[in-house]
Amino acid sequence: MSSKKSAAKPALKFNTKWQYSAAPETADHIQLNDKYDLFINGKFTAPSSGKYFDTINPATEKKIASVAEANQSDVDRAVKAARSAYNNVWSKMPAKERGKYIYRIARIMQERARELSVIESMDGGKAIRESRDVDVPLAAAHFFYYAGWADKLDYAMPGAKPQPLGVAGQIIPWNFPLLMAAWKIAPALACGNTVVLKPAETTPLTAMKLAEIIRDADLPPGVVNIVTGAGTTGAAIVNHPGIDKIAFTGSTDVGKIIQRALAGTEKKYTLELGGKAANIIFEDAAIDQAVEGIINGIFFNQGHVCCAGSRLFVQEGVADVVIRKLKDRMETLIVGDPLDKNTDIGAINSKEQLNKIKALVKIGVNEGGNCYQSSCEIPNKGFFFRPTIFTGVAQSSKIVQEEIFGPVLAIQTFRTVEEAIEKANNTPYGLSGGVWTDKGSKVFKVTSKIKAGVMWANTYNKFDPTSPFGGFKESGMGREGGLHGLGAYLKLN
Amino acid sequence: MRLNIQKTYKLYIDGKFPRTESGRYYKLNDKNGKVVANICRSSRKDFRDAVVSSRKAQADWQKKSAFNKGQILYRIAETLETRKAQFIEVLQLQGDSKASAEKEVYAAIDMLVYYAGWSDKYQQIFSSVNPVESSHFNFSFPEPTGVVSAIAPQQNGLLGLVSCMAPAIVGGNSVVVLAAEKYPLTAIDFAEVLNASDVSGGVVNILTGNNKELVSHFSSHMDVNACMYAGNDKEHLKTIQLNAAGNVKRVVVVKNIAEQNPYRILELQEIKTTWHPVGI
Repeated sequence: MSSKKSAAKPALKFNTKWQYSAAPETADHIQLNDKYDLFINGKFTAPSSGKYFDTINPATEKKIASVAEANQSDVDRAVKAARSAYNNVWSKMPAKERGKYIYRIARIMQERARELSVIESMDGGKAIRESRDVDVPLAAAHFFYYAGWADKLDYAMPGAKPQPLGVAGQIIPWNFPLLMAAWKIAPALACGNTVVLKPAETTPLTAMKLAEIIRDADLPPGVVNIVTGAGTTGAAIVNHPGIDKIAFTGSTDVGKIIQRALAGTEKKYTLELGGKAANIIFEDAAIDQAVEGIINGIFFNQGHVCCAGSRLFVQEGVADVVIRKLKDRMETLIVGDPLDKNTDIGAINSKEQLNKIKALVKIGVNEGGNCYQSSCEIPNKGFFFRPTIFTGVAQSSKIVQEEIFGPVLAIQTFRTVEEAIEKANNTPYGLSGGVWTDKGSKVFKVTSKIKAGVMWANTYNKFDPTSPFGGFKESGMGREGGLHGLGAYLKLN
Repeated sequence: MRLNIQKTYKLYIDGKFPRTESGRYYKLNDKNGKVVANICRSSRKDFRDAVVSSRKAQADWQKKSAFNKGQILYRIAETLETRKAQFIEVLQLQGDSKASAEKEVYAAIDMLVYYAGWSDKYQQIFSSVNPVESSHFNFSFPEPTGVVSAIAPQQNGLLGLVSCMAPAIVGGNSVVVLAAEKYPLTAIDFAEVLNASDVSGGVVNILTGNNKELVSHFSSHMDVNACMYAGNDKEHLKTIQLNAAGNVKRVVVVKNIAEQNPYRILELQEIKTTWHPVGI
């Protein structure tokens, strides 16, 4: 599969030589309502404004459902329900019982995994292969992991008598809708807090399915409240005086706005923000594996990943071969229907995001970068973008400095280990990074010198409920996942 | 009758004792209203110089072994112990009673010993090997946040300073501390202790000056990673919290300076998680 004719151009054109039959995941078992209300105090209730917005399928641009828009008074109802549930039920319940509720949620999610995967792909555009194999199983595993912590918290924080914070306001992004809900809700509940969660406005449906699951699990009313809406709904949560803690995942710009909004209040906060991770390939790396890692690093989930390996650094001696193999591998990527099981890269989440990606790519070209895109066909309808790489870019290039949040990779070269480290750290972000080398001591040197919260050595974009995730510097503060993730939802005495 | 030699109190930046570049000063009086010293009123430029020095020093300080850092913190305690009489005297000059001055100096020494002991232990308390489902060796451990700016409390000129400094530096951070406005003498005297204790220049920088003026600079500098506040002025804290957002600084509020526990070290640490495939 790898006969190469020229070093500069990809030799393989899979579109013409190999045809894949469509392999669509069935969606006929999916039960979706035309309209979704707010989940407050254990019930689905209409928004006080009576307003609804559409959520569409980004692969078809067709409307899937109407979703309630929560305003300040709806958020207020949700916070009151959460406070009352905290005071009267959740904080008084024996911890092991609390844990059992969380186990229940995990189990029901597993039972309904296929449904959740399909809806996740319909509402957000991600390939079914990923929602089925990554998002949904990890989300359920997250609940399962934190369920067990509920009655063991004293062992996690020795000598500190950990106590819950109270009501947590949680705002999550559209790139991993259900998984982010799990990352937020599971540790909060395990630590004894109650929750008001706002999913992103373009991907609310799996959160509403999670609300059904939470209701079916008989969780006491008000322990988890889910309110849908856009930025103003989020602001109402951030500014609500009845909330004790804000947990936010999203862009660094919005994270800074939230940090400012919380100044002068007693609210605690954790922020999981943007990234511009360096993926570093050394000459002694296993090149084919590294190329897979580059592909996975930047094209996983259409590049809508805060920890995406969006800056590639290749040691000069192997730059030509790595870039050639990368282009070949890009040619094999199938871009298209998210519900097709063969699809590697699904739809861009929204028109707005597609426009942002296009604008940044245009800037990259205007700044003199060499742009290369795979030659695959993309559907006429829906929001799609070809896998894209740039060479000939500088540290100061906008596409090297700014998070694109799309399938766009900026490639630079380096000579020495020190140069790679310095270039990798030359960013305000510090969320993640990758290192590819066959030499163990080099792995340890480089991973310890890069200022980032998650380092992948000879692998990339791996996640696990037991593994803490979160950033240095402007990529945020606090950790989610693992023992360290508990710290975000406890106060120590 | 011998005339006393009066001491000129200066700043402590990069292991040296410069005057403020601004040339400004404020008077410190004793309780009888007599001028004790002219104290440097630091400027934004002094703070920026201190941050440059802290950034440079931090990487080397972080690289020192945990054992070595512990030895150096213990050395600070030793040096302070041998000069305790001086500190008790100066605290009294700043208005404390003898009993409370003694109590404070002993608490400061003991706190240094306490954190010296954590230097090679907090990593073990706060690290984990994570049993991930896939075939990876995955572990998490704390790394220093980086350069920390700290506003010492307005009372307890010595203990307040140590309580801001010790948990930060034992964790591999460098720190720029603004001394209590009314208790600057012990802060600069303490700089001499640091200077005599193998603490490399820049790991701890100490400024004196006007809180109200400097709080905004301490919290808005883009090359500072965390800002610690041990005062009790709500407006100052709010200013710090607002400015911190400029580069997502961590804001650490110290409510009780006497409190000592490893979680105070953890507040100025970043957890790094590394994944390694297991295979051949």
